[in-house]
Amino acid sequence: MSVLLTQVGTLARRSMRKTLRQPFQMFPIVFFPLILLAVNASGLKAATRLPGFPTHSYISFAIAVAFIQGGMFSLINTGTNLAEDIESGFFNRLALTPLRRVSLIAGLLVGVAALGALQSGVYMLMGLVAGAHLRAGAGGVLVILALGALACVGFGALGCAAALRTGSGEAVQGLFPLFFVFIFLSSSNLPRNLLKTGWFHTVATWNPISYLIEGFRSLYIYGWDGTALWRGFAVAAGLSIVALLAVAGAMRTRLQRT
Amino acid sequence: MSHMSAASEQATRAEGARRDGHNGIEVAGLVRDFKGGVRAVDGIDLRVAPGEIYGFLGPNGAGKSTTVLMLTTLLPPTAGSARVAGLDVVREGAAVRRAIGASLQESALDPYLTGREHMRLQSALHGLARAEGERRGRELLERVGLTDAADRKVGGYSGGMKRRLDLGLALVHGPRLLFLDEPTTGLDPQSRAALWDEVRRLAGDGVTVFLTTQYLEEADVLADRVGIIDRGRIVAEGTPAQLKAAIGRPSVEAVPADPGERERLAGALARFGEPAAASPGAAAVRLPQGVGDLAEIVRALDSEGLAIADLRLHQPTLDDVFLAKTGRSLEGAGEEQDEEPAGRNAQAESKRGDAQTDAGAHASAGAGSEAGGERERAADGSAGA
Repeated sequence: MSVLLTQVGTLARRSMRKTLRQPFQMFPIVFFPLILLAVNASGLKAATRLPGFPTHSYISFAIAVAFIQGGMFSLINTGTNLAEDIESGFFNRLALTPLRRVSLIAGLLVGVAALGALQSGVYMLMGLVAGAHLRAGAGGVLVILALGALACVGFGALGCAAALRTGSGEAVQGLFPLFFVFIFLSSSNLPRNLLKTGWFHTVATWNPISYLIEGFRSLYIYGWDGTALWRGFAVAAGLSIVALLAVAGAMRTRLQRT
Repeated sequence: MSHMSAASEQATRAEGARRDGHNGIEVAGLVRDFKGGVRAVDGIDLRVAPGEIYGFLGPNGAGKSTTVLMLTTLLPPTAGSARVAGLDVVREGAAVRRAIGASLQESALDPYLTGREHMRLQSALHGLARAEGERRGRELLERVGLTDAADRKVGGYSGGMKRRLDLGLALVHGPRLLFLDEPTTGLDPQSRAALWDEVRRLAGDGVTVFLTTQYLEEADVLADRVGIIDRGRIVAEGTPAQLKAAIGRPSVEAVPADPGERERLAGALARFGEPAAASPGAAAVRLPQGVGDLAEIVRALDSEGLAIADLRLHQPTLDDVFLAKTGRSLEGAGEEQDEEPAGRNAQAESKRGDAQTDAGAHASAGAGSEAGGERERAADGSAGA
């Protein structure tokens, strides 16, 4: 057990270092959600005057999207880093050690979870500076860190699965627009009850990203909303399970060692 | 629980193999097929004695890397058997991995980690205690001459430094058997010579070395025995001297000072042996009695009054061996074989399940290392490596 923990811890540290030491990976994680938040908050502020809009602060409403965008970057960064390891042969170096398959992926994803919590903390700080009010208080901070970490594990594992399947960083990066569409076709800009276009409302209702966003958002706007939180965690956990199954399948193909 | 005990049993077996000195390789009828019916390795047999440097020579795509991947447990064979360090590569993969060290093609390093961090990572993954890992890391960094660069990110290392670090990493857990897959490809002559010295030192310490190379000189200079592989089959095996002696005698080539004297020169030389292929403007004969005829030839040319601009003795090379066994020269044979989906690309095809993506990945990795070469050499010089 201690060997397993050492292996996982070692690989988690390496995974975090690899991301933190690449400014071109860190820059979009920190600034892209900030820029989008600023654009949306200034352009859509008037939406708060719509009857039924849940808050007077659009920043408090929109900050939730930053956590999801952070998750998307986890997908790209984790997948790209793993694909680079495959392309460079580093993956084979790891495979030549007594490392277990489960340690390899667990190490990667523990690193992703830690980074996910870290970036969630950064987004909370950004929101605080911009005027977002976290109604759930200190307990809400912990829940956001946990949900942020779990969502990043799910997205990061999807990136791992894509990297293991294709072995190509370019292929992993090609997934970004696809997943970004999911954000726009969700309740990211307006609450679902105000989405009047029929098809859009239907898509947003079926889109699991809506529930993930609403989980984060509920902590800012309502404080403690059990239903929204339950749904948010269920989506993050479901995404993680599906993605980990995909990783396990892809790993069997990629790592054929005896 | 049963998994743990199986792992522990394999670790014990690996340790036992080391202790008992079973650090050789025995391969029988090893085959590896890939998607589309491509046979990259076609029933090879070989035996490497403990403590030996075995050179596995062949052009690109001949099956060298696929063989290494199978012997290092990263790729299951389609047929045949292989025992490495006394352990079966299929049934005892984990134990084999504990017993061997490997430095595979290209320096598989993380450019964002330092040399010391690589050592820590490798020793932790091999289960060394933290203090032991630190001590071993320091020792190996010193051994491969990277102590001064230990805290620099590997992305700034030269090709030679990366290769040396790669070698050091393969030695972290004290393996008795080392696989080096084209360790000097792309290195400048100084870095290559430094790596050869280190390989010799390791062999001197009793480590068995299985070295693949496409360089004739490397196999000739470094290997105790050489196996030549072509299109997945071993076409010749023996010591470099045995292989060269088996294919013929040396030849002598002379260039007349007056180009018009070439025919007369050829006639004079013909008394000493059969005509051999010669450079334009020169004449050559193969010497049935070996180099002992050389003095007699010089005297004969002098007595004939033939002024000679250049006189050369050609000893048979491993390329001559390859030519004799395959009908092709090793130089350039790789280009022909590269066009076939064999060897490493085919291996990658199998591993990734997508031949086209693989070919692209390899191409881009190769291009990257080429492009970085000049900058890296400059860095190597500045580091005094």
